[in-house]
Amino acid sequence: MRTGGLNGTALRRLLPLVVFVVLAVLPYSTLQLPGLFDGVLNSPGTLQLLALCLIFGGVALSYDLLFGFTGLLSFGHALYFAAGTYVANLALTELGWGLAPALALTTVVGIVLPLLVGGVALRVSGIAFSMVTLATAQVGSIIVLQDPGGLTGGEEGLALDRDQVPDAFVGVLNTVNVYWLAVAYLVLVYAVVSWVTGSRAGRVWQAIRENERRVEVLGLQPYGFKLLVFVLAGLLAALGGVVHLLLLGGSTPRTTTADFTLGLLVMVVLGGAGSRWGAVLGGVLYTYLDSRLTDLANSPAVQDLPAWLRIPLSEPLFLLGTLFILVVFFVPGGIAGLVCRLRERRAGRRSGDGGPTPGRVVEQLRDQVGAGMGGGQPRDGV
Amino acid sequence: MDTVVLLAITGLGLAALYFLVASGLSLIFGLMGVLNFAHGAFLTIGAYGTWWASDHLPGAGSTGWGFVSAVAFGVAVGTLVAALIELALIRPLYERHIEQVLVTVGLSLALVALVRAVWGADPHPFPRPEWTQRTTSVLGANVPNDRFLLIGSALVVLVAVLAFLRFTRFGLIIRAGVENRAMVTALGIDVRKAFTLVFAIGGAFAALAGALGGIYLGSISPGQGTSLLIFAFIVVVIGGMSSITGAAVAAVLVGLVQQFANYYAASGVGDLSVVLLLAVVLLTRPSGLTARVA
Amino acid sequence: MSAPLLRMTDVHVRLSGSHILQGVDLTVRRGGVTALLGRNGAGKTTTVKAVLGLVPSTGVVEFTGDDGRTQRLSGRRTHEIVRRGIGYAPEDREVFGGLTVAENLTLAERRDAPAHHDRVYELFPELKQRSRQLAGTLSGGQQQMVAIARLLLNDNQLLLIDEPTKGLAPLLVAEVADVLARAAEEVTILLVEQNLTVVRRMATDAVVVDQGRVAWSGSAPDLLADADRTRELLGVATSGGHA
Repeated sequence: MRTGGLNGTALRRLLPLVVFVVLAVLPYSTLQLPGLFDGVLNSPGTLQLLALCLIFGGVALSYDLLFGFTGLLSFGHALYFAAGTYVANLALTELGWGLAPALALTTVVGIVLPLLVGGVALRVSGIAFSMVTLATAQVGSIIVLQDPGGLTGGEEGLALDRDQVPDAFVGVLNTVNVYWLAVAYLVLVYAVVSWVTGSRAGRVWQAIRENERRVEVLGLQPYGFKLLVFVLAGLLAALGGVVHLLLLGGSTPRTTTADFTLGLLVMVVLGGAGSRWGAVLGGVLYTYLDSRLTDLANSPAVQDLPAWLRIPLSEPLFLLGTLFILVVFFVPGGIAGLVCRLRERRAGRRSGDGGPTPGRVVEQLRDQVGAGMGGGQPRDGV
Repeated sequence: MDTVVLLAITGLGLAALYFLVASGLSLIFGLMGVLNFAHGAFLTIGAYGTWWASDHLPGAGSTGWGFVSAVAFGVAVGTLVAALIELALIRPLYERHIEQVLVTVGLSLALVALVRAVWGADPHPFPRPEWTQRTTSVLGANVPNDRFLLIGSALVVLVAVLAFLRFTRFGLIIRAGVENRAMVTALGIDVRKAFTLVFAIGGAFAALAGALGGIYLGSISPGQGTSLLIFAFIVVVIGGMSSITGAAVAAVLVGLVQQFANYYAASGVGDLSVVLLLAVVLLTRPSGLTARVA
Repeated sequence: MSAPLLRMTDVHVRLSGSHILQGVDLTVRRGGVTALLGRNGAGKTTTVKAVLGLVPSTGVVEFTGDDGRTQRLSGRRTHEIVRRGIGYAPEDREVFGGLTVAENLTLAERRDAPAHHDRVYELFPELKQRSRQLAGTLSGGQQQMVAIARLLLNDNQLLLIDEPTKGLAPLLVAEVADVLARAAEEVTILLVEQNLTVVRRMATDAVVVDQGRVAWSGSAPDLLADADRTRELLGVATSGGHA
């Protein structure tokens, strides 16, 4: 029993590595997966979709760092992702910089922007914090749509000037390189998140999620720790924006909207808030479904259905929104929570990664979201 | 001078829309602790309900009383949807605020997508009764009449909801529940009935805002509610999260700042000023302008 | 009498990770005043809240009303429990500060039975004068009057009163005790109280909780007569006023 447990743990440690190897060699496969993907695995179309999934897996994980691991319900994470794609795009296209300086500039912006916003937003907590992040993200959206000086391209978006991009990342045939870049991005985010959540700061974040006041009592300043996680999550999202830019060959204003942030929230809750692999899986699954359901809606099989079936099926967001509500109701903790419970049932009671099971994250947050909302907040304690 | 008058009245018209959305949000948040992301969808439903009824509902039309009944239909649909959502999806998650907020997020995505699936993503021209297309001269400014319709409706709603809160038993329960929900139940009152009621009221006001917004903008599209919702959220926060009068004052502030800055500075600056206003208010008075419900 | 008015069996309460009540068993006899005693943090307030369903709990809470029928309270919603005829005055009074005194009382009216505004105003003439004043602007003593008035407005069978004299001036303590003593002639009371003078004056029975369990129960005068035992259970000398 004991050795079995050790093997299980060792296997679970190895699993990310196995997944990484599979992802890395996947472009050499000409496997045909009918129904799952249109082309063979290493066709540019399939790789493009897979790369998109991996990018959003990484961005969702960066959001989970805020929401799942620290309990900060930000409604403005889109801002940093969008800043990543637009800043890098402007540096490449407008300023004519090379990729390396553009990346450096994006990194600086990816640190300074969340530092500024977080510096202000984290002065308040609870719903007020959520609102400030929502509003500041809206500023980004307004600026992009207003198209100041013709810089952002407004609703049309901004196409990337490919001359400045290394040839290896340009053209349909090089999709595989961008795919590997996406794999590298995801590995980077996963490694950083694994490292920081296991560090001292990570334990303080978890303590903040569970009971912020207790952290204060211990003599620690939650503000600094929260600002740190806010900046780190923002930076990781901004870097995801750069990869997204290279993959799509442009920036779209859709990435600035509140709906985009809500999408990230849906991904994380779907996969399991507070779980690393859960958030990644949520991001991958959501992106995949979003894309495939759109294809499905345009397929003859759906087009021939009667209207009452065809109309709801034609909107991926309707299906995803409904799926999300069902998960909130029936699968607390998302996919990761489900797996965790199944594993516990099979092995008797044994805790997972040492932290609380993902399903309990939302429960813990529940007690806190009321705190610090301001004067009109109803008191629950009689 | 006439520009100032026109801007002021237009700003108040915008404020009226914000207030209609924000008042329901405030009541729901104050009583239930739920930030209702589905509120924008109620607005969209009200707008599309009115638009659909003006074409299809017998007795309804795009002018005169026919238009009034079309709006009534839109508001009724919005109210019904909101009440059903509370009963079916919010109530089972009683006191589980995070899950409730998540459900409203899912609803906001799904409902808007459904409207888009049925009527398309493109804007539809909205029926505008002839009177609203004319202008009235105020201090030398030719002010479109729809502004007065917006402001008048919001004033009626404001007075009605304040009277409801002050003089009815349900109003008493809501005011007490905003202060201390648990103690209300400890007095033997089933506070969940009030939950359904505030959702229905909020849905009605948002649907009305949808119809009035359709007149004001001349067209409707599925995403309209969501974009208005963000400014309504800002109004709610500035107004103190759960206060009706606070929401009214904040709505006027936000509407005027937005109009004037957008005109005198540059398009978009008004929207940015509003966000700045939010930051200033939150940092100087974290509980908003006022913390009482009525 | 056969069944006690209230019986709690093996009641547990866990709140955000801590096990606050660890199997409380207690009964409240019909008639008289049962004092619920114990050190700070022993679980007195949580016991009262568990009866009302204001905190999630496991175990059985049964209530046998004047009609002789025994009903299970555990698992029911707070408002249903209260409507069985149970009044509650919480520790910090929790009057609605944004409502007037009159509105506070109107809210407390139960719709299925007549409310006794005359009785309340006779007991607290001051509340009548201040009926249009916002409860939030009242003094602590006046707010406590409103909280007790809410209890006496309806025909209850059991009153759960949590530290009614906490933070009050000595003169007001006596006044509150007078009112409660008068109320006790008609209705059973479960009283959480730190002031042993008040307990000595009113209580017929006593239940002592310690670390989430009932440590002692029996006759209140017996307990208070035994100075050593009182000191051991409550950590106070019996001669003193406040604990």
